[in-house]
Amino acid sequence: MKTRRYDVVVVGSGAGGGTVAARMGPLVAAGRQVLIVERGPRFLPEDFSGNELDMAGALYADGGGFLTDDGTMTLAFAQGYGGSTLVYTGTSLIAPERVIRSWGVPGLDHADIEQRSRRYMQENNVHLLPPGAINENNQRFVEGATRAGFHPEQFPLNLNGCRGSSLCNLGCPNLAKQGTHRVQLPKAEREGVEVITRAEVVLLEERSLRVRIHPKEPGGKGAPPEWEPGEYQVEAAMVILAGGSIGSPALLLGSRLQGLPAGLGERFTCHPAHILVGEHPQPITNDVGHPKSFFVDRGSDEGYVLETCMYFPFTTAKNLTGFGPAHSQFIRAFSRLQMILVLACDEATPGNRVYLKKDGRVAVTYRFTPRVIDSLVRATRASTRIFFAAGAVRVHAPTADPPSIEAADAARSDALIQAKHFLPGRISISAAHLMGGCGMGHGPRDSVTDAWGVVHGRPWLRVADASLFPNALQINPYLTVMALADRVADGALRDAARILGG
Amino acid sequence: MLAPVRRQFRALALAFVPETGSLPPEGWMALEQVVEDALRARPRSLRRQALLLIHLIDWCAILRFGRGVGRLEANHTSRLLRTLESAPVLLLRRGIWGLRTLIQMGYYTQPSIQRAIGYRGHSAGWEARR
Repeated sequence: MKTRRYDVVVVGSGAGGGTVAARMGPLVAAGRQVLIVERGPRFLPEDFSGNELDMAGALYADGGGFLTDDGTMTLAFAQGYGGSTLVYTGTSLIAPERVIRSWGVPGLDHADIEQRSRRYMQENNVHLLPPGAINENNQRFVEGATRAGFHPEQFPLNLNGCRGSSLCNLGCPNLAKQGTHRVQLPKAEREGVEVITRAEVVLLEERSLRVRIHPKEPGGKGAPPEWEPGEYQVEAAMVILAGGSIGSPALLLGSRLQGLPAGLGERFTCHPAHILVGEHPQPITNDVGHPKSFFVDRGSDEGYVLETCMYFPFTTAKNLTGFGPAHSQFIRAFSRLQMILVLACDEATPGNRVYLKKDGRVAVTYRFTPRVIDSLVRATRASTRIFFAAGAVRVHAPTADPPSIEAADAARSDALIQAKHFLPGRISISAAHLMGGCGMGHGPRDSVTDAWGVVHGRPWLRVADASLFPNALQINPYLTVMALADRVADGALRDAARILGG
Repeated sequence: MLAPVRRQFRALALAFVPETGSLPPEGWMALEQVVEDALRARPRSLRRQALLLIHLIDWCAILRFGRGVGRLEANHTSRLLRTLESAPVLLLRRGIWGLRTLIQMGYYTQPSIQRAIGYRGHSAGWEARR
C-alpha cells in the first residue's frame, strides 16, 4: 500500500467540503499540503446528457434508489466533484432565525449564519429570476396559491447563464448552477489545493485514512482518477469530514477511533416529501424553464413547506401512488401536469439514525411520526386547493384512496385526504434534504461536535456538512451547510498552527 | 435473469403499466434490459427476493383464481396486485412497490415513450421551444 502525507485532508466536495476547500488557500500559500478526497468522478461538461436513466445512474448513490432500511423512503444524494450541488436546483435560502435559536448550540447564533450565507449568496451569484423566465408550472403555483389564500415567495437561485433546460436534478447540461463544482472547487484548485476523485475512504483511523482509488469503468462518464487505482494510506494532521449526513456518520461509525460520542448517527432528519401532480386541460410549460422558482413556507405554523418542482417521466411515475389505468392517465397527460413537492418539517426523533449493518454497509432507520404524517396530510390538502384554484381538472393526492381527485370533488378534498391512507411501503416518499448524524451541541453527552464542527475530544477531527445540524432546518439546506462549513474552515485556520505543528 | 419468469413478469408489467401491451418486441427487450441491469446492480439477496416475489404472486393467483398470472385475465391480475399492495405485511407492500417501480423504470425511461407522453426536456431549454 502506498503512503501519502498531507497537512489537511477534507473528505467530500459538496456544499460543505467544497466550501472548506476554497478557504484553504492561506494554508497552501504557507506551504501546507491540502487534499480533497471525493468518492465520485469528476464529470465532464459533455457527460450531462439529460437522459434520466443514464444521469440518475451516474450521479446518485444507488442510481437514486437508496432506501431506508425498511424500504419505505428513497433518500437522494449525489456523488461526484461537487457532491449534491451537482443535482440541486440552486435554491438559496438563509436559515430561519427561529430554527437556529431552537437548536440551542452554544456559540452559534443566527447573525453569524446570516452574514456568512449572504457572502456565499454573492459569491455564487444568487438572484431572483426575471418574470419572463418563469414557466407556467411556476406561474400556476403562484396564481393558485394566491387564490387559495397562501403567500407564495420566490426562491433566490444561484444561476449564471441558465437556459431553462429544467434538467437541474440530472446535472445542469449548461453548467449554469453555481455549485461548488463551478465556484469553490475550481478556486481551491487554482490556489493549489489538490482534489482527487473516484477516491473512496474505506477506513478512518487516528490521523489517517485508508483510501481506495477506483478505476474509470469502461464507457462510463467522468474523467479518470487523478491517482493510480489501488489502496493508499493517507496520513493527515487534520481531517475534515464533509461526506454528508450519511457519509460522515458512516465513516466515524466504521472507524477505529475509540470513545466517540454516543450520539453518533442519531438525530437524523430529512424533510420527508411527496410529489403531487395536478392535471390541467391544456398543455403548460413544465419541462422547460427553471423547475423550482417559488415556495410556500408553512413550516412554523403547520410543519410543512410547498415547493414547485418538475421531475422526469420515470421519477414522476414512481412517485404517484398505485398503478394501472388511473396511474397511466396522469403520466399520459405529462405535458399538462403541474407539480408540487410537499415537504414535512420533521424533528430529530429517537431511533431515526444512520448506522452500519453487520456487513459494514451504511443504512438509515427512519420511522414516520404521527406529526410528520399529519404535516404531509396538511400539505397535500393545501396543495390540492392550490392545484384546483389554478385550474386543474384532476389532482393526484398520495394520501387519498383512490388517489385521483376530480375537480367536481374539490370541495370535499380535505375529507378525501386522510392520514389513514398514509400506508408506508405503498405510497412513495422521498427525501433529498438529509441532515444530522454528527450534530453540534454542548458536549459529548448530547452531541458529536461543538459549534465549530470539532468532534468532542479530538481537535484534529472536524465535520463540515449537513450532518452537523442538530435538528431539521425546515428549509432547503445547502446555503446553511456552506455557512457552517465556512465556520469550520475559520476554526481550522485558527487552530492550524497548534494542530499541524511546525 | 428474468427468463425463467418472463411470462409472469410480462403479465405483471401489463397490469402495472397497461401501455406495455403495445410494446414491440424490441421495446420489451429494452424494458427487461433496464430491469435486469437495475437488479444486477443490487445485492444478490435482493435479486433473489425479486424473483421470489414474482413466484409468490403467481402462487397467490393460482390459489385465488385457479391459474397463474401468466394465464390470468388482466382485471384479475390487477385485483390481486391491489390486495397485495395494501397488505398488512410491510414486506409485501414494499415488494409490490419495488416491482412496480422497476417496471416503470424499464418503460418510462425509454426515449420513445418519453416523447410519446409529451416530455420534451432539452438541454437548450427555452431556445429549443422557439
